Amino acid sequence: MLAAILLFSDFAEDNPYFRITAKDVEFKIPKGFPKPVYDFKNNKLSPQAFVLGRRLFYDPILSKDSSTSCTSCHQRIATFAHIDHPLSHGINSLIGKRNVPAIQNVVWGESFMWDGGVNNLEVQPLSPITNHVEMGEDLAGVMKKLKRNSYYRKAFKEAFGDTLISSERMLKAIAQFTGMMVSANSKYDRFIRHEDTLSQIEFNGLMVFREKCAKCHREPLFTDESFKSSGLYPDSSLLDKGRAIITGRSNDEYTFKVPSLRNIERTYPYMHDGRFRNLDQVLEHYAKGDFFMVNIRPELLEARNISTLEKKEIIAFLKTLTDNDFLYDRRFADPTY
Amino acid sequence: MFRILSKKCCLIFAIIPALVLLMSFKPLPAKSKLIIHFENYVGIRKLALDTATYINEMGQSYTVTNFKYYISNIELEYQNSKKSFVVQGSYLIRQDEENTWTVELDEIPADSYRNISFMIGVDSLHNCSGAQSGALDPVNGMFWTWNTGYIFMKFEGKSPASKSPGRIFEYHIGGYKEPTNFIRSTTLSFEKEAMTMIAAKTTQLYIKTDASKILKGSNTIDFSKMSSVTDFHYADKIADNYVNMFSIIRFSNEW
Repeated sequence: MLAAILLFSDFAEDNPYFRITAKDVEFKIPKGFPKPVYDFKNNKLSPQAFVLGRRLFYDPILSKDSSTSCTSCHQRIATFAHIDHPLSHGINSLIGKRNVPAIQNVVWGESFMWDGGVNNLEVQPLSPITNHVEMGEDLAGVMKKLKRNSYYRKAFKEAFGDTLISSERMLKAIAQFTGMMVSANSKYDRFIRHEDTLSQIEFNGLMVFREKCAKCHREPLFTDESFKSSGLYPDSSLLDKGRAIITGRSNDEYTFKVPSLRNIERTYPYMHDGRFRNLDQVLEHYAKGDFFMVNIRPELLEARNISTLEKKEIIAFLKTLTDNDFLYDRRFADPTY
Repeated sequence: MFRILSKKCCLIFAIIPALVLLMSFKPLPAKSKLIIHFENYVGIRKLALDTATYINEMGQSYTVTNFKYYISNIELEYQNSKKSFVVQGSYLIRQDEENTWTVELDEIPADSYRNISFMIGVDSLHNCSGAQSGALDPVNGMFWTWNTGYIFMKFEGKSPASKSPGRIFEYHIGGYKEPTNFIRSTTLSFEKEAMTMIAAKTTQLYIKTDASKILKGSNTIDFSKMSSVTDFHYADKIADNYVNMFSIIRFSNEW
């Protein structure tokens, strides 16, 4: 009986809702999008590897005490960010230093993390897995646990053709899962493709946005992948110097990766330390222009003097970036329930 | 006329098979095998983890608990030309695993070589290549996850002079991007006589790695002042020391 239950729970992938076909793992560059940075050529997409990556993403087995999975912080309803949590959480109720970033359109990412410390999509999961305030596990420990697990022994064989369970295969499988997370069908996207219309206030918002915000939050990805200061006064308890931690350059101090604004409605709170609860507060910060003046770029100063009406218009526009097709895509749902 | 032609034909018919036969017997480009033995020392003593006590240039005693380093892209320079034979790839030498102390290179042209060069660390391409296996599997504990890249050299131990908790010292050197590029290369020459490799035979090359040189040379390391280097701060001081830790002991050919 128990065995039957275990067997059943191990194969949620057999449920039609979770089943992944070859068509589900076809990667197509959305119209108007640039060529991706990450190339699936060296990590051939397959339903089996995608399913393995999805299972790993949702499985707390990757953490030291089997309490925390990737999805503990990266929630599907929040574009895989963490709703209502300014700073990341982890094992033993520890709290991290930065706000959980969303996971979407990562194949276009030139670097990862707020400080850009990670240079390749495939090795990104190593950072949270080994961070002592996140999952706190070491890679050898993860490998040992996976090799002992009958589900993974079967899943690795199905995905890669033989029974070898290695960090390379684990990371490639996770990269297939996260790499397929493409958001390109918001109201904004349909508007650009002439398939939908924006309301007057949304359209006005797009115009103001293009004038004041789009230099860094560049369309269509809504980030130019650069590191900029948003003019926030550093939090005195975090003392986070951002990009400079990686490069050691003083002109990178207090700069952080420009985040994409896609699905921004779902990823609150905002900024690298999650200090703003809502978009009003974010826009108010830029409009007010009381900036911490270290490594400020001229484009930030130009963004000042946003009127009250313009703020409303920008926010109305930003909400057209919510992509329900992506947020409710069954391929990315949790198969471990 | 006919007879001449037939004679010629006969000749051609005789030559072609002979040529074919000759070509089939033509030896393949002569290859030999090189086995490089990295022997880790501290000064004149073989390195022993945990049990042996050593003294640095400052007169501070220490023990070693961990020593690992990457060797990459080994190059052999031909004796008779300025060209080199290059073997792409990375090898991790770790003191705690004896089977990593030798590097076996098959398919080395049988020739005479003037010197051997290699990189201490991992080249920039392989620092950016995502998930990898073998020597470059992050499971080896030589990979930084917060700032992607391999740790080229890890040297850890304890010294009463250290002011760190547990009296430890730890030097983790990595970084492949300017201005924090700590990839170093070394060239060791076969001064007295060229290393001649013989076809289908194995040559053994013994290289001494003197870990004491991590702490001296360009910069004398004082455990009481610098017990921990685990990012780019002061990494150049250690890297500029350890680039000189290698020397050739000897080589020998199998006859």
